[in-house]
Formats: sequence, structure tokens, C-alpha cells
Amino acid sequence: MMSVLEVRGLSKSFGGVEAVADVSFGLARGEFLALIGPNGAGKTTCFNMLNGYLGPDRGSVKLNGQELVGMRPRRIVRMGVGRTFQITLTFLSMTVRENVQMALIAHHRRLYDLWSRAAQMFVPEADALLDLVSMREQAGRPCSELAYGDLKRLELAIALAHEPVLLLMDEPTAGMAPSERVALMELTAGIVQERGVSVLFTEHDMDVVFAHAHRILVLNRGRLIAEGTGTEIRENALVQEVYLGGGTVFAREGDDA
Amino acid sequence: MGFYFAQLLTGLANASSLFLIACGLSIIFGVTRIVNFAHGSFYMVGAYLAYTLVTTLPAGIFGFWFSVIAAALIVGVVGLIIEVTILRRIYHAPELFQLVATFGVVLIFQDGVLAIWGAEDLLGPRAPGLDRAVRIMGEPIPEYDLALILIGPLVLAGIWLLFHRTRWGVLVRAATQDRDMVDALGVNQAWLFSGVFVLGAALAGLGGALQIPREAASLQMDLSVIGEAFVVVVIGGMGSVAGAFVAAVLISVLNAFAILIFPQISIVLPFVVMAVVLIVRPYGLFGKPGSEHGGAAEPEQPLRLMSSQGAMVLAALVFALALSPAVVSEFSSILLVDVMVATLFAVSLHFMMGLGGMVSFGHAAYFGVGAYAAAMTVSFLGFGMLPAMAAGPLAAAAAALFFGWFCVRLSGVYLAMLTLAAAQILWGVVFQWQDVTGGDDGILGVWPPEWASDDRVFFYVAFVACIGGIWLLRRVAHAPFGYGLRGIRDSELRAEALGMDVKLHQWMGFALAGAFAGLAGAVFAFSKGSVFPDALSIAQSVDGLMMVLLGGIHALAGPIFGAGVFVLIEDWVSRLDYWRFIFGAIILVVVLLAPDGVAGGVERLLRVLGLRRGDAA
Repeated sequence: MMSVLEVRGLSKSFGGVEAVADVSFGLARGEFLALIGPNGAGKTTCFNMLNGYLGPDRGSVKLNGQELVGMRPRRIVRMGVGRTFQITLTFLSMTVRENVQMALIAHHRRLYDLWSRAAQMFVPEADALLDLVSMREQAGRPCSELAYGDLKRLELAIALAHEPVLLLMDEPTAGMAPSERVALMELTAGIVQERGVSVLFTEHDMDVVFAHAHRILVLNRGRLIAEGTGTEIRENALVQEVYLGGGTVFAREGDDA
Repeated sequence: MGFYFAQLLTGLANASSLFLIACGLSIIFGVTRIVNFAHGSFYMVGAYLAYTLVTTLPAGIFGFWFSVIAAALIVGVVGLIIEVTILRRIYHAPELFQLVATFGVVLIFQDGVLAIWGAEDLLGPRAPGLDRAVRIMGEPIPEYDLALILIGPLVLAGIWLLFHRTRWGVLVRAATQDRDMVDALGVNQAWLFSGVFVLGAALAGLGGALQIPREAASLQMDLSVIGEAFVVVVIGGMGSVAGAFVAAVLISVLNAFAILIFPQISIVLPFVVMAVVLIVRPYGLFGKPGSEHGGAAEPEQPLRLMSSQGAMVLAALVFALALSPAVVSEFSSILLVDVMVATLFAVSLHFMMGLGGMVSFGHAAYFGVGAYAAAMTVSFLGFGMLPAMAAGPLAAAAAALFFGWFCVRLSGVYLAMLTLAAAQILWGVVFQWQDVTGGDDGILGVWPPEWASDDRVFFYVAFVACIGGIWLLRRVAHAPFGYGLRGIRDSELRAEALGMDVKLHQWMGFALAGAFAGLAGAVFAFSKGSVFPDALSIAQSVDGLMMVLLGGIHALAGPIFGAGVFVLIEDWVSRLDYWRFIFGAIILVVVLLAPDGVAGGVERLLRVLGLRRGDAA
């Protein structure tokens, strides 16, 4: 199967600390890939290199064969890489619908339009996206008064407005109640399937990971230590040591970044 | 050689006085996040108090130094009163709103000092025991200057000890880094803020008191020093005392030598240095990222298109304005032109400040460039009024494109200060470049042509330009471009994740705001028939800021209310004696009654009266 995303030899050091070292993996179309690892494993650094906020020291990131390293974050967005944030980021002074409309306006390159009324643009498209994440009833509410779980769903709608081929989700369920987590990931999984979007996500909640990920990558101390399906990862001795025997590992080798 | 050394010593003596004022300002901003315009007033009051004490008390070394210290302490008490009665009530108002209150205090102090000490400059006696000059390398150096050179570092050392060796000082430093954390640890923020304010005020008072043997106490001291003090604080890094010291030395010594080569440069030099430093180091020499913003703001409510009722009321008002020349006197018609010009200026400032989150302390630059461009199009090129009115906004947009490119790379107070620097540099150019701009004499004879020379006809010219401009800016605010600006203000990271070019968008917003300020300036030039450097002055910029903040920064209607209220009240009170005092008092009353500005106050009033529904779902 042709990979949507090809990551080869990705490395980044901060001072003397190798935050990400020689990470390589591929992501197939429509795949739901989890990137897990203990705190400080390098997941966020890895993410930030994929979406252009950090330049890697070495390595390449190819989206459908095109090199992303060296591109500005906004160019990478335009290439079809959407993202959601660990702590949700929305435009708080706008309504739910307006947030999605802004994404659509940006996607259709109408940002420098000085004349049209933004609140009346792309309304059906925005509402369709809000329907997708069951946020339609809240379309007129200011974002500043939404519950956190609703903001997470709104962020998903915003990310989808760009019709991404690849969605990077940094801890999509962080800060949510357990029941909401399952619902959000089911929703995401459904959308992925329906639209053929590929998703790479990081996550701390193992229930979420094992329930939804098609494949799992395990990162520890900047290196990929395992890769496989849920069952394979569960039975991997090294992964068990990292997660369950973490205390002794850290005690012996000192803390990492 | 001796001459240059003497010049260096003079520079260092000036640096000490500048440091005393600037470090208080920096400490106050660091902890309370208040941009204290009244700091120059503390300095002025310190000088006047010291003059009275020195001349009343028996002369002598003890009398002199006692007076200096007593003056500083009294100013500290004055600072305490202001903090407790006014500022403490508005810490949670939107960012920079406190600036309006401190501006009100500036006005009250100006007239207060005038009432107590009179309009004449007061030169104090020389400092006893330090009243001669010593010869160093053949050049006479006043002993008092040498004393000042010592006092600066001594105060710096004193503050350092206070901040590093006392519990209170540790709390101040902690609050400078993260005041919410300090609050969470159970420290009484109110008293910490008061203490900091008192210390800052007393330092400014000390700076003023120490000036009296060198320079006469005058009513212009407050505003002449505040600009430079801000520059020093910004170069050093907001909140950094050591930074303020280094910056004060840098500015004063550079200035002492620069005037030997190019005497005219001294008015703009501090601002040029600030611009260069900020371009290279966006947080000042010793500042840290994150030091540039005030307190966290409440999220703003979404913009809504006007309801049909609201639109009808507005249409009726605009219609009434359009018909007004037929009813009101010629004089009122001229006043209404002033109101319209001020409103367009305020709306253009609000466009970048309120929607774009880019605070400008130097928006008058583009107003002035528009006014001068229009005037020069008439007086040099011989074109008529209409081409001139087009030239104004175009020239202003060009200037805004140039300066904006640098400004949008910064944020918060640093951005605001760079806009101030840009305005001061332009003002300096206009003021000095006599051959082209007429310098202080301005450009005269910029009258409308024959067909528009009647005040009533010109009213309609201004009406079309100003109301048209305001309408266009509102239209843009509701368009994707305006939404984009607002989005960037809410979250730059989110905007970038949508694929927006954040800096380009802000740059274009800056230029658009500049262009409309330029249009206001062009109308202004023809309504007055002349242009003077005042059009680009800090005072003009501050007026704009007051209108926007007073009106309420979180509402599109804010600047319209603000400008109307500001111009009408100013017009009314400026005919009275001590009008500054009255105006300042009115501002303080508005600030205390409506911490969210006039627009916010009106909205709350309507809600209380049941004329407006609560939040629609």
C-alpha cells in the first residue's frame, strides 16, 4: 500500500539531549496510527517536526512523495496536513460556526476579502461540518462559553474544514471525562473511515489507543522501540518494561527531557 | 580630550536622573502591568515640593537633603492615595484601560500644580556644599553632577538589595515573573501592588527633587520626561531595573555626544535608539518573552450584525447629522466636523488596536502624514482639494507600510512603543525639515476650493469622507479580513494552523488603519486651513488612545462613543478655567463608573433598563 506519510531518520537534539533520534515510519491512507510513549519520550517534538514548527536536525518527512522539511507551518497546512492541539485553541471571540467559517475562508483563500460578510459565508458547509461532530445545535454560541469536550469536537470540525489528507492529533482526549473520550475517538474513527483521512495521534489513555488504533508506534527516549498491532504491542516485553518497570529504568539511567 | 570627558560626565549625570524616573516606571509595569502615564507627574510634583521645602527650610546641607528626601516620601504618599482610590478598582479592566485613569491623573496634576505653584518656572538654589565646579582634565564639572553620577548607582544598589535581600523584594520579583502564581500562594496582591506603586512614585519624586538645582521646575516637566522614560524602560526590558540603568546610560551618553555632531538629533535620538534595539531584540536588552502583555483579558463577545432596530436608530442619527447644517449654527457645524474627524481617527485606531490587538501609542503619525501630504499636494504641487484628499491616505498608507513592517514583528507594549518611536521620528523629521514642511511654522493656506469654501458645503465634504471611512472600516471588520485580524488576536497559533500568514495579515491591517487615519488627517488639514507638527505629536496619539479606551475597546461602537464624548467634553470644558482639572476628573469618574468604557456602560445601562435582551443563544 502506498504511504501517505513517509518519515525517514527524523532526529532532533536540544543541547545534549536527543529528543528524537532516527525515527522512521510510514502511514497508509485511511490508517489510524497511534504514537505512544511515556512522558518525555519525544512525541510532541516529533509532532512539531511533522507540522513544521520545529526544523529537524536530520531526516525527511514526505507527504505523498513531497518533502515537507523546511516548509513553513502554514505551507504544510495548505498541503493538506491538519492538526488539533493538546490544549484546544479556538478563536474565543467568535461563535462556534464562525470558527468553522474562518477555517473554510482560509481554506478557500478568501482571507483578504474586504467586502463580503464573513458571518454569511460558507454557512451550509460549516453547518455540515458541525453536524458531523454533533455541534450543530451550539453553532451560535460564543466559543468562550463552551465545555471542554465540545471545544475538542469543534477543533475536529475546524481541522476537517481544510479537507486534510493527514490529520495530526496531539493527545486528542487530554482533559476529557472518560466517557467523552471514547465517544470522541469513535467519532474520529468514523470520520477517518468515511473520508479516507489518515490520522497520526498521540495519546496517554491506553483504552483509547487499543480500542481504536490500527497500528501503534512506541517511542521511548526519542527512539522507536516497537511497532505493531494492539496485541503485538501488549505482548512486547520491552514496551512492558518501559511502561510498567519505568521506575527502575529511570532510576538507572537518569531522567530524560 | 578633556572636553569629551566632560561631555561624558554630563551624559552620566543625566543618566542618573533618567534612571530614577525610569526604574520606578519599570517596576510598576513589571508587577501591576500598568503603563503609568502619571509617572511624569510624580516627577514634576517631586520637583515642586522640593523647591518649596528647600526655600522654606533653613538653608544648609541638612535642609537641602532633608527636603529632597521628604519630597520623595510625600510623592510616595500621593502615589499610595492614587493607587488605593483609583487604580485598585480597575485592575481587572481590559488591558491598558488603566492608562486612561493615569492620563486623567496627569491632567489633574497639571492644573493642581498650576493652582498651587503658579505658571512661572521655579529655579531652586544650588545644593549647599556642592555648588561649585571642579576642574577635571581642564574642564569645569559641576560638583552636583558628580554627586548625581554617584546617586544613580547607589539607588540601583539599594533597589538590588531590597529586591534580593528582603522578603518583600523577593515577592516583587516573583510577581514580575508571574503574578497569578504569587496570588495563588496567598500573597495579598492589593498591598503588594500598593507597595510597588509607592516605591515607583517615590523614586520618580526623588528624581524630580534632585533636578531642582540643575533645571527649573516647570509645568512642562511631566510630559517632556515621560516619553524618554518610556523609551528607557523599553530599551532595558519592561520590568528590569538593571536594564533601565543600562538603557539610561546608553541614551544619555549617546545623546551627550550626538548633539556635538548633529544638534537637532537630540529630540529623536532616544526613539531611534529604541527602534533599533527593538528590531534587534524584541523584548528589550534585559526583558524576557512574555513581559510584554498586561493582565489576561476576558474573552470578547462575538461580533453581531446590527439588529434592524439598531440599524434604524443609527440611520436616523446619521440622517440627523447630515441635516444638521441646516439647523445648527455655523460654529456647531465646525465642531461637528471636528467630531467626525476625531471619530474616523479613533475608529481607525480601534481597527488595529481593538480588532487586531496591536496597540499603537503613535497612531498620530499616520494622521499627521495624511494631513501633511494633503497640505503639500496643495501648496507645492498646486492640485485641488480632491486629489489632495486622495494623496493623504495614500501617503499615510505608505508610511504605515514602512513602519508597520517592523512593528508587527513585536507584540504588546513593545509593539506599542515601536509605534511611538515611529511617530516621534516622523515628528522630528517634520519639525526639523524646515524647507519642506515649514517646521514649527507649519503649512498655511490649505483651504478648500471656492465651491467648498462655505462651512456648510465643507461639512458635507467631511461628512462623505469621514462617515464613508467609518462605514468602510466597519464593513471590513465584518469581512473575512477583519475576522482574520480578530482571529490572530485571539490565537496566533490557531490562525497559523488554519494556514494564515499571520504577519502579512497584521501588516496589511496596520497599513489599512494607517490609510484611514491619513484620510482623517487630510480632512483635518482642510478644515483648519493649516497643518502644524502637532498633528503628529504624542498628544494627538494619546487623544486617539483615550477615545478608543474611554469608548470601550471591546465594542465596534466604542471609538464612536469615545470620540464623540471626548471632543464634545473637551470643547465644552476647555473654555473654563482649570479645564484640565475638570476634564481629568470627568475621565476618572467615567473610568470608575464604566471600567469597560462608555460603550460597555451604555450596554449595561440598557440591560438594566430592560431595553436589551441578555445574551441571545
